Amino acid sequence: MRKIVLPLSLITLALLAGCGSQPPAPEQDGAGVESRSPSAVTTPGVTPVIAGQPSGTDLAALKDPKSPLSKRSIYFDLDSYIVKDEYQSLLGHHAQFLGKNGQMKMLIQGNADERGSREYNLALGQKRAEAVKKALMLLGVKEAQLESVSLGEEKPACIESTESCWAQNRRGDMLYSGEF
Amino acid sequence: MKKLISCLASGILLASIATASLAQLSIEITGAGTQRLPIAIADFAGERVISQALTSVIRSDLERSGRFQLVDPGAAPMNESTAPNFIDWKSRGADALAAGSLTGTPDGRYETRFRLYDTQKQAAIAGQALTHTSNQLRTTAHRIADTIYEKLTGERGIFSTRIAYVVKSAGRYELQIADADGNGAQSALASREPIISPAWSPDGGKLAYVSFEAKKPIIYVHDLATGRRHVAANFKGSNSAPAWSPDGRKLAVVLTKDGGSQLYLVNVDGSGVTRLASSSGIDTEPQFSPDGEFIYFTSDRGGSPQIYRQPVAGGAAQRVTFDGSYNVTPRLSPDGKTLAFVTRDGGRFRVAVMDLATRQVQVLTDTAKDESPSFAPNGRMILFATEVGGRGVLAAVSVDGRVKQRLSVQAADVREPAWGPFSK
Repeated sequence: MRKIVLPLSLITLALLAGCGSQPPAPEQDGAGVESRSPSAVTTPGVTPVIAGQPSGTDLAALKDPKSPLSKRSIYFDLDSYIVKDEYQSLLGHHAQFLGKNGQMKMLIQGNADERGSREYNLALGQKRAEAVKKALMLLGVKEAQLESVSLGEEKPACIESTESCWAQNRRGDMLYSGEF
Repeated sequence: MKKLISCLASGILLASIATASLAQLSIEITGAGTQRLPIAIADFAGERVISQALTSVIRSDLERSGRFQLVDPGAAPMNESTAPNFIDWKSRGADALAAGSLTGTPDGRYETRFRLYDTQKQAAIAGQALTHTSNQLRTTAHRIADTIYEKLTGERGIFSTRIAYVVKSAGRYELQIADADGNGAQSALASREPIISPAWSPDGGKLAYVSFEAKKPIIYVHDLATGRRHVAANFKGSNSAPAWSPDGRKLAVVLTKDGGSQLYLVNVDGSGVTRLASSSGIDTEPQFSPDGEFIYFTSDRGGSPQIYRQPVAGGAAQRVTFDGSYNVTPRLSPDGKTLAFVTRDGGRFRVAVMDLATRQVQVLTDTAKDESPSFAPNGRMILFATEVGGRGVLAAVSVDGRVKQRLSVQAADVREPAWGPFSK
């Protein structure tokens, strides 16, 4: 059986507030995340807005399976750190989101399959993360919003020694503020 | 010949030495040398339980080296003062003979004496007297085995050296230090995050390694005796692959602070970072040549990961490996004449050696997931990580590929081995 474990549970999105270097987000922003439609909130109250913070709608899109923004992984060929053309449209959606939400930051984690040198795989993961970062910058994203790191072969999403599993691990993951 | 040497064989006495919670590495010999010198090690005389433990460690050390054939010493008691019947020992097939004794001293310590004889020359060729506590029994045995090994092979023995490696069990990584035979494992660092690339300082007192404990790879230098450690490199991005300069003053490291993985030199205290090489691709796994003149490293600048070398003082990089599409993790033998590395052939990753004078390459192993080769300080054996039955184990192979051993820990993955230097 193939088991894919997402690097961070989507539940973590609900814990958006206070993580990373972001200022604590208001609780209300979590509403959409708890999969209540924002429009259903009828309790009278004040929803504080911090300029530049993504709206609940935008955040919901990040985890809505129907939104391309919910897709966060770029897969690579063996030994390669070239972003394949098939990911251009996905990267375009993320570039657009980051452009619209200037306060949002993205951490790109590069990964490698388990075979070969751990240190080389750490470097390969870094190159993969860098390649995703560069592709997003070419699409207009500001460098300040992006950070690339490598996990090498240390945090495999799939732990079997099969080609399909290794292919899942040759991967760059895009995580948004609050998810890392 | 297959022989399992249980690390618990030495008895109750040793239980107090080993940290009880640590699973011991057990060693399995899976291949031996062709030309082995027949040697008899008589049971050391003295308090039986203790002297037997001592004798068994000496025997296992010598046998594990693949260079000795143990000859049954028989039951007749003898010690270092007993005059050997050389004709008799020769007829039993022993070219060498060692005999000794262990006696308690009034202060509760022990004195162990032994003599080594050449049965052809019919003469004593070495002798030694060592005082020690009961806790130092194995250390004493390793010292004696080193003396015997050196006298009979002309090379220094490695039985008193230490190895470092990482044990991964569920959600836990431990950097452990053990004797070269896998005994007496002690934990130097425990973490919930990965630990990789341990590297011994030339004096054997410190380890540099990469720890992900702060959620990113950072290089630490750790003093083993005191447990004190400091950050040697923590720049933006990742910090990895530390390698000591032969004088122990600098580390070659890989940083991504200026983009991709590139080579830098940094003082051991973390100061004075300078760029060492530069490429648009990946440069990693630096390693100094023993004379300190060259840095060997892995780079994909030619399109696939290959081993290169570059003068530390500056100058062009030269490609060293050419066969195949994946040659990584360069490690120089202590005499600087042999390069060990990992080569990929088909889907198999195996330890290979290159004679740097002739550029002749020999693949040494028949396993498929070899990583992290590390030379014994006498250059005879190469310790490496591999996988057997889906589990990470350590293995060792002689530089001629004939002697093979496997070291494993029950129910845990062992990886990232590094063989320490000779003790001073």
